[in-house]
Amino acid sequence: MIPAAFEYLRPKTITEAIGMLLQRGEDAKILSGGQSLIPMMKFRLARPAYLVDINWISGLSYIREDGGYLKIGGLTREADLEASPLIHAKYPILADTSRVIADPQIRNMATVAGNLAHGDPANDHPATMLALRAEIVTEGPQGGRVIPIDDFFITLFTTRLEHGEIVTEIRIPELPPGSGGAYFKLERKVGDFATAAVAAQLTLDDAGACAGAGIGLTNVGATPIRAARAEAFLRGKIPDANNIAEAARLAASEAQPGSDLRGPEEYKRGLVKELARRALTRACERAGM
Amino acid sequence: MAAKQLVHIKVNGREREAMVEPRMLLVHLIRSFPGLTGTHIGCDTSHCGACTVVLNGKTVKSCTMFAVQADGGELLTVEGLMKDGALHPLQEGFKQEHGLQCGYCTPGMLMSSYALLEKNPSPSEEEIRWGISGNLCRCTGYQNIVKAVQFAAAKLAEGEKHELSHVS
Repeated sequence: MIPAAFEYLRPKTITEAIGMLLQRGEDAKILSGGQSLIPMMKFRLARPAYLVDINWISGLSYIREDGGYLKIGGLTREADLEASPLIHAKYPILADTSRVIADPQIRNMATVAGNLAHGDPANDHPATMLALRAEIVTEGPQGGRVIPIDDFFITLFTTRLEHGEIVTEIRIPELPPGSGGAYFKLERKVGDFATAAVAAQLTLDDAGACAGAGIGLTNVGATPIRAARAEAFLRGKIPDANNIAEAARLAASEAQPGSDLRGPEEYKRGLVKELARRALTRACERAGM
Repeated sequence: MAAKQLVHIKVNGREREAMVEPRMLLVHLIRSFPGLTGTHIGCDTSHCGACTVVLNGKTVKSCTMFAVQADGGELLTVEGLMKDGALHPLQEGFKQEHGLQCGYCTPGMLMSSYALLEKNPSPSEEEIRWGISGNLCRCTGYQNIVKAVQFAAAKLAEGEKHELSHVS
């Protein structure tokens, strides 16, 4: 209930934050939304000796289209995505995803960046960012870099981020015309982690065939999973009911679910197949099919 | 062990300050102020929402924030809903529609409902249920809570303004 004692640091800039993290070493953690970290600290599963609170750094909270990308700032909250007219109009897959994360209070604090950086395969944005082929922009001790989403997730609670590296932006290549996406999640109750969830983002060409496909799976492996075989199957084909069904079957075969309180492995696999079918169907509808 | 630091928070319109350890949860700070035990702790897992308050205009679970994070901020707790002895339409609604039994979740329900009605003055039933989806109730089955919020929405729509001392 009560976290172990820590020293609280409040940097005013990213550079200051990186310096503080480096100086204190691995015992220093970033405090952003805190909606995953603080519960862990209350159980004393995490006991950082220092918290570097980056919430006071200005200029990191934005959602905008710029230079061929949708750019989401490192401190943008889930509630900001949920409320954004731009997101609803052009990237509804992100609105789908935000609204099923936790609950309204938590969404007011939780950041999109944190949802990715925490490295929890049960989090929702990772699969969606896989589907959107996002890039993670960071500032760190070695300067700035851009990490492609396919390189970002390593294993349970482990991402490519080095100590002292801070996610400053998530950028998503602007979607071409004929694009549509959707995120479908099954949860035991509102606010729960996914029993399974599927993110699907498609682009259709003038003939109605699939020019591009991104399919991500939530909470059916140690990391979010790209259903690459399902994606490859769809490319060049018209996503009619039969092809969607086959793609869904392939996506389910690429899942690596474990049996737990949310259900046995076979159930989750079957769930992925059905959710993939629904997500792909909705993605087609939104693509104007 | 980290030294205590001074935080300033405006609570229900009144300036307050306290010396706190960084690890002190916001809910513990609130409850340490005389008369402000309305904000409840109902779980250990950030699920129940009984600790919900409005910080700088947004609902947050005060058990999942540190007091130091609220420094310089403006806080509205359930005690801030009443004005000059008059119940807020939401409080009246919970009374009229029997929106509580044990009362433990009620402060959190009130704060989430307050924030909902601020943003969406005439919510549908589905929107109300969505608005309180971060608050758990073990007693009522939620139906009368929904009715209480609908009662309040109707009252506020009739033009009954309820000015709070907290302005954000």
